[in-house]
Amino acid sequence: MSEIIKKNLSDIIDLIKKKEIKSEELANLYIDKVNKGKKLNSYITTCFEHTIQKSKEFDKKPNLNSLLPGIPLAVKDLFCTNGFKTTAGSKMLENFIPQYESTVTENLWKEGAILLGKLNCDEYAMGSSNETSYFGNVINPIAKDTVPGGSSGGSASALAADLTPATIGTDTGGSIRQPASFTGTVGLKPTYGLCSRWGIVAFASSLDQAGPMTKSVKDCSIMLEAMAGFDKKDSTSIEKEKENYSKNLKTDIKGLKIGIPKEYRVENMPKEIDELWNKGKSILKDLGADIIDISLPHTKYALPTYYIVAPAEASSNLARYDGVKYGFRSSKGNDLIEMYENTRSEGFGDEVKRRILIGTYVLSSGYYDAYYLKAQKVRQLIKKDFDENFAKVDAILTPSTPSSAFKIGEKTNDPISMYLNDIFTVPVNLAGLPAISVPAGLDKKGYPLGLQLIGKTLDEQNILNVAYAFEKNCNFKNEIKNWWL
Amino acid sequence: MSIDKDKIKHISKLARISIDSNKSDSLAKDLTSIFKFIEQLNELNTDKVEPLSSILNSPLRSREDKINDGKIRDKILKNSPKKNEEFFVVPKVIE
Repeated sequence: MSEIIKKNLSDIIDLIKKKEIKSEELANLYIDKVNKGKKLNSYITTCFEHTIQKSKEFDKKPNLNSLLPGIPLAVKDLFCTNGFKTTAGSKMLENFIPQYESTVTENLWKEGAILLGKLNCDEYAMGSSNETSYFGNVINPIAKDTVPGGSSGGSASALAADLTPATIGTDTGGSIRQPASFTGTVGLKPTYGLCSRWGIVAFASSLDQAGPMTKSVKDCSIMLEAMAGFDKKDSTSIEKEKENYSKNLKTDIKGLKIGIPKEYRVENMPKEIDELWNKGKSILKDLGADIIDISLPHTKYALPTYYIVAPAEASSNLARYDGVKYGFRSSKGNDLIEMYENTRSEGFGDEVKRRILIGTYVLSSGYYDAYYLKAQKVRQLIKKDFDENFAKVDAILTPSTPSSAFKIGEKTNDPISMYLNDIFTVPVNLAGLPAISVPAGLDKKGYPLGLQLIGKTLDEQNILNVAYAFEKNCNFKNEIKNWWL
Repeated sequence: MSIDKDKIKHISKLARISIDSNKSDSLAKDLTSIFKFIEQLNELNTDKVEPLSSILNSPLRSREDKINDGKIRDKILKNSPKKNEEFFVVPKVIE
């Protein structure tokens, strides 16, 4: 019975549909595993009473036609859940209990899923290693001294350790794809506007997107189908028909043109990653795809652009945390202004403060044109690079990250080296495109590495198909030993 | 652009975040290196480039200016760190 939770989401759904397991039995298996997995620190909050109650309700009147029938799921603690604490990994929201539900999680519950708990993440999703969370580091199940990546680090760790059958994260500059790559799992950042941002704690509103994190590409297509959709409560939500990603999944990629951007071969990139990239190319070529060399000349400017745009938007979004309406309030200070200043000083962690200060500065009087406007112009050039190349190719293949999972504490003293982790993922957010990270192999330490497929706007089905074909021919096996039990 | 202690003081005031004076040196150092990194953008001539503020092609939707919720005062007050029955409570502002 306990072997069941090692299975992919799609297989577990089949067991439920064939009535070989009940939702309540499944919930109990996960609850047991979560209780035994505390060393990983992937959960901030659990809500097991709710999980059991809902699974009993499901078993009494099972709707087996839904996409996620009676499936317990934990989600990143950045999605507001009605009546359940939502912390964004911050002291500021340590006791915040939303009185409403995010659209994306609401969509999951409508498809039969049941909340299992809230997963750790970098504070306000600002980080690439889950080391900025107020609730402590998350451990990568691949080895006890490694980070799971970030910011959706708790999501990736819980998924890889079988503490949830699938999960959702958010991706502003790589926060789904990089942790997926570090844990040997699949992570997809959808086209900007495909999934509603309503009810997600905001970081950088022109870049933030929610997306699925799963053990397989098929699972990814099921989750995306469940969470995506037009929402009038998000003014940037794209109005379009829902797609049946899971039903339309296919492995035939004959004749597809796959672009290989030369700018992604960066200095000091480990040889293993280059080899893996070549392996990816030859797998797709053997499946009948055409491999085409392309150039995205402004790639190296994506990170500097990101570190203007994202902090600028964050400084504006996080202005709402003033200790008045909700969240933490400092007891120090003699007047209103001092109360604000102390609340924000005590409530935010170092990385969040750093980014608010950068953002405040680049937007301040006299500097706006030199920084923010300049970044918006370069963002245009980066998008143009993609637009021009997508006239010639159907998808772009790159590595997901410039390294495998690193050690806890290895990069915490050098913000730039931490930021460089997102060098391959950030351009996609700036251009608003969809991209998926698929596990592709292990390095010599036995740590997983992923490859990224970037698609055209709203071409999720296509990159899912290429990823699906790749997955079937790559024979990737994650080597996770349950050392934390 | 080099960021010194005075600049940190100025920005932190704008951002309404008090910064411990013993932390402002390391913060200044971090921000200086980040701005040095950011300023790579100056290598590019962008005189003729239109700034991109939204990647969506269509203009943002508008809606009729009509009240579609309300009567949620208690919900809104629920998470306030200090409140009375009807209001958020803040330190005295007017003498």
